[in-house]
Amino acid sequence: MKKKPDNYIAVEFLSRSVNEGFARAAVAAFAAQLDPTLDELGDVKTAVSEAVTNAIVHAYPDALGKIVLRAGVYNGNVLEITVRDWGRGIADVEKAREPLYTTGGEERSGMGFTIMESFMDKLVVRSKPDKGTVVTMKRAIAPRSGRK
Amino acid sequence: MEVRTTTKGRELAVSLRGELDHHAARDAVTAIERAAEAALPSKLTLDFSGVTFMDSSGIAVAMRAMRRMAALGGMTALVNVPPQAKKVFDAAGIVCRAKEETT
Ligand SMILES: Nc1ncnc2c1ncn2[C@@H]1O[C@H](COP(=O)(O)OP(=O)(O)OP(=O)(O)O)[C@@H](O)[C@H]1O
Ligand SMILES: [Mg+2]
Repeated sequence: MKKKPDNYIAVEFLSRSVNEGFARAAVAAFAAQLDPTLDELGDVKTAVSEAVTNAIVHAYPDALGKIVLRAGVYNGNVLEITVRDWGRGIADVEKAREPLYTTGGEERSGMGFTIMESFMDKLVVRSKPDKGTVVTMKRAIAPRSGRK
Repeated sequence: MEVRTTTKGRELAVSLRGELDHHAARDAVTAIERAAEAALPSKLTLDFSGVTFMDSSGIAVAMRAMRRMAALGGMTALVNVPPQAKKVFDAAGIVCRAKEETT
């Protein structure tokens, strides 16, 4: 069974692109309790931005829909982020995760999942066509000396 | 996102300020294409010194600018790229110049 989080937040928002910045800021503010370095914070914000942008762009291509972002702390220093949508879903997740694979044309580069995978310690993608997608990412934030 | 363009002869300089994400990308692309259209430059310099955050949306913006310049027979340089944005470009194998540390 999964351990209970030490702490968590959950936010629900509409798939408007203006909320991309909000989602990054919310996670950054929550992650502050782990005293991350600037590099760690940059990595986490980038990964969150990729997952949330995917939900906005791909899950609901011609409508507005619900997105739920959850951030939790486990085992004292592991940050876990979940981005969930109830949109179009992904038929072949393995293929979607390949570098440069995109259905987004020239406005996209097909690097989102690759960035989430390399900037975080772990990436799990669960999806069902027409049901939605859940992206879960984990990153251990190194304890810093001088911290209580 | 703020986009400022300066033309000097056949050289076009575009400086970006703020967060370059999907929300900001369309305006950035439009501004760059409009300036390129007007200047028909042989060299485009994209200055990222004011970019406080960038995700993969910035990769697509840079690639479109580079493709545009290639079609004009010119070249593109990405300069003053802060560490967070540089990491994103590196992941995509896009060559860019890091922001110099101000001492
Ligand atoms: N939440 C989602 N719902 C539906 N499809 C998705 C979702 N997330 C990703 N996809 C699909 O997976 C593909 C790959 O996603 P990825 O983030 O790697 O690249 P991209 O979004 O196309 O481009 P980039 O992230 O570089 O702008 C997308 O083009 C899309 O087809
Ligand atoms: Mg993406």
